[in-house]
Amino acid sequence: MAKQIYYEDVDVGTEITPLAKIAMTRMLVQWAGASGDFNPLHYDADFAKAMGVGTPIVHGALKRAWLGHLMTDWIGEEGKLKKLSCQYRGMDYPRKMKTMEEPHDGETWWCKGKVTKKYIEGGEHLVECEIWVENGKGDKTTPGSALVALPTRSEK
Amino acid sequence: MAADSLITDKVKKLIGVPSEPIVFKVEEGAIQRYAQAIGDPNPLYNDPDFASRTKHGRLLAPPGFTGWPVKGGRLTEEVFKSLIKAGAPPRVLDGGIEFEFIEPIGAGDVLTATLQIANITERETRLGKTMFTTVEATFMNQKGNVMLKSRSTLIQF
Repeated sequence: MAKQIYYEDVDVGTEITPLAKIAMTRMLVQWAGASGDFNPLHYDADFAKAMGVGTPIVHGALKRAWLGHLMTDWIGEEGKLKKLSCQYRGMDYPRKMKTMEEPHDGETWWCKGKVTKKYIEGGEHLVECEIWVENGKGDKTTPGSALVALPTRSEK
Repeated sequence: MAADSLITDKVKKLIGVPSEPIVFKVEEGAIQRYAQAIGDPNPLYNDPDFASRTKHGRLLAPPGFTGWPVKGGRLTEEVFKSLIKAGAPPRVLDGGIEFEFIEPIGAGDVLTATLQIANITERETRLGKTMFTTVEATFMNQKGNVMLKSRSTLIQF
């Protein structure tokens, strides 16, 4: 894990350390099993077509979980994730598999974010962030926000 | 417009009605599989020995993971079924979610979730006439502490 970040280290505009993710069909099946979301929209081509989304799409909740990973990596063990929200605005399409474990070349998704506000309230050092998942074209398919409490150097 | 609204009286009646409680068990293996599916190697979610030596004292669940319902199914499944039964459109997409994390959830927790529909709106989208349902859930642990609140959006068209 990265070294601990403190409240004093961030300002409005500070960038959250980006996190790369590659969605692939295998991963969607793994996510279905782990999350219990067995909607065929995410693995059955004919069903996805009938639903009007073209081909199977990445689970919104998986992208939400990626954003959770982004935030908990950034805030470190002493940070506290208090709120996280996101909207599944754009469809994302996983890479197909080349081998049993490796996908074909293609899109890489990036989880990103930046600090929008910092303030002290109820004894907590709070930081609000705008966060999102962007696709290979740079479109924010999954915009959201997060509220975290960070440790402070003065209380170390 | 009112005549062909998706939000019929039958649908409207579902707003604010609390669901039957849904019980979730948070198990170590389920946490590990969930973390692996995210691709998050954080030892707090993956390594029980490491996690037991931290202030948490046990494997933690990644944010948003509430374990598995002991009776099967999914959190919003019953709500969705009740909407369909009331005549709402059968095609559904997940619109998004807001989480408020109150206490860390971890291995061994037994959570009881209660859900209710907070509101329903509709508008024309590229999917056609589309209904947006906000479902609120509150998760309590075995000691009666509120651990997590969520607001999710179901999109039906």
